Amino acid sequence: MISNSIIEQASYEIMKQAAIDIPDDYLNGIKSVAEKESEELSGFVIKTMVSNYEAASGDRRPMCADTGLPRYYVKVGDKAKFDGGFTGIERAMRSATARATRDVPLRPNRVHPLWRTEHNNNVGINSPEVEWSFEPDADWIDITTVHKGGLFGTDYRMLFPGDGVDGIKRFLLDTLISFGKRGLCCQPAIIGVGIGGSKDTCMQLGKQAACLRIVGDRNPDSGIADLELELMDIANGIGMGPMGFVGSSMAVDLHIEVGHTHTGGMPVSVHTFCLSSRRATARINGDGSIEYRTDPRWFTPYHRRETVQWEGA
Amino acid sequence: MLDEMSIELPVTPEAIAKLELGSVVYLNGIVYTAREGVYDKILVKGDQLPAGLTRSSNVNFHCSPAAAPVENGGYHIGGVTATASFRFSKYLSEWLDLTNTKIIIGKGGMPVDDYKNILAPRGAVYLTTVGYGTGALLGRGVEAVEAVHWLDELGIAQAMWMFRVKDFGPFLVDSDLQGNSLFAQQGELVNKKIEGLYDGLKKPALHRYGETDDRKDELM
Repeated sequence: MISNSIIEQASYEIMKQAAIDIPDDYLNGIKSVAEKESEELSGFVIKTMVSNYEAASGDRRPMCADTGLPRYYVKVGDKAKFDGGFTGIERAMRSATARATRDVPLRPNRVHPLWRTEHNNNVGINSPEVEWSFEPDADWIDITTVHKGGLFGTDYRMLFPGDGVDGIKRFLLDTLISFGKRGLCCQPAIIGVGIGGSKDTCMQLGKQAACLRIVGDRNPDSGIADLELELMDIANGIGMGPMGFVGSSMAVDLHIEVGHTHTGGMPVSVHTFCLSSRRATARINGDGSIEYRTDPRWFTPYHRRETVQWEGA
Repeated sequence: MLDEMSIELPVTPEAIAKLELGSVVYLNGIVYTAREGVYDKILVKGDQLPAGLTRSSNVNFHCSPAAAPVENGGYHIGGVTATASFRFSKYLSEWLDLTNTKIIIGKGGMPVDDYKNILAPRGAVYLTTVGYGTGALLGRGVEAVEAVHWLDELGIAQAMWMFRVKDFGPFLVDSDLQGNSLFAQQGELVNKKIEGLYDGLKKPALHRYGETDDRKDELM
């Protein structure tokens, strides 16, 4: 049985880890981007970011003072037993967010959109967001937190089947150029592209592609995997590096997630997960033990299932 | 290698004159934070500046710190990150005249016309933070909170924080006393390649406003 207090403790710990420690996959990714960067200013920015990660981990302080919009992704195994119910899990994650805001400290970012009032703890109406998913044959609960900036770097467009891959490429260029100037989207970034679904799932898929897959991971559909690499080359061929300086470092990686969509449409969304790509995951096992990691493992074969049954079912 | 230099604050006109676009700068002394909350309070509502501000600091940081009060009465400053400066153009000429500020630090610079028309004529320059996420490095550079003004009234993000800083940086010089801009120069170089990027990619069937600015146009 998993107690609600263990869920709170794990959620608190990943809030801290996400804010402070850059995930290894991103660190290695940015180092390999840096090796290919021949422009002095762009190279200097990346080198400075790497020393910033070291300072953050060394001092146990947040790598970026802009907390972004801290949120959770929860995957519950079919066989997981927990004593507080689903609302208990949500309450635990709110409590963990408030405690971490005070203790790290994280900048209280969340305000009411109209009245600009706040509770100084990053908790409010629909905040932190919690997205739920499920996993067959498992007795664990995975909780992932993501702290992603919220102002620049994301866009959505309804394209049509006839627009084809050209349409996707143009839209990717439009988005990266418009938000890459002066580095507003804090590139080099992990770029997430959502294709298909309904409009809201299209946004969700792109966001999850950016934030919930690690650098180097490829989509299991080989056609999509090839498109990921092709679009990444396009992003890095814009000629723009960090801060919008001349350079070749726009994307550390590019991930695509798809959803079956309306027969007449091809909605596309683009998201950029910034230089301070903040994510951390806790697995709470059936016996209440906790394991921490930085790979969310969100997109399981079950998660990407294509019809009534799935691989391994 | 980019040029690197350390500046003692308050900054002197001689030190400002030596700054070249793209140089790397570290600061020692006192910097203050001010953004729309403070600007509105002083310039729109007409409240008084804190006594002694203009003597102790002439560096305005567009920043909201990750700060929390601690039990003995001080503040714990975790990360320090700049916010985008372009939104504050409308306040700047009056603010520089009132405070005699000579360095603006922020995220992403300001339009080059602001440098030519507002900053340069007043002997002021703009420094940009690097990469924008360097919260930990900048947090390390804050030795102490000398004072915080209007914390209850404006909140942590909008209050005026007076930071005593040491080896505070790195920052990049974006503007000089001629009103030139590093961001603008780099942007022009990037722009040379942009049209070619779209070669051979056919346009989508449904257009959007922005691709045409005439609202009487149909988008198909």
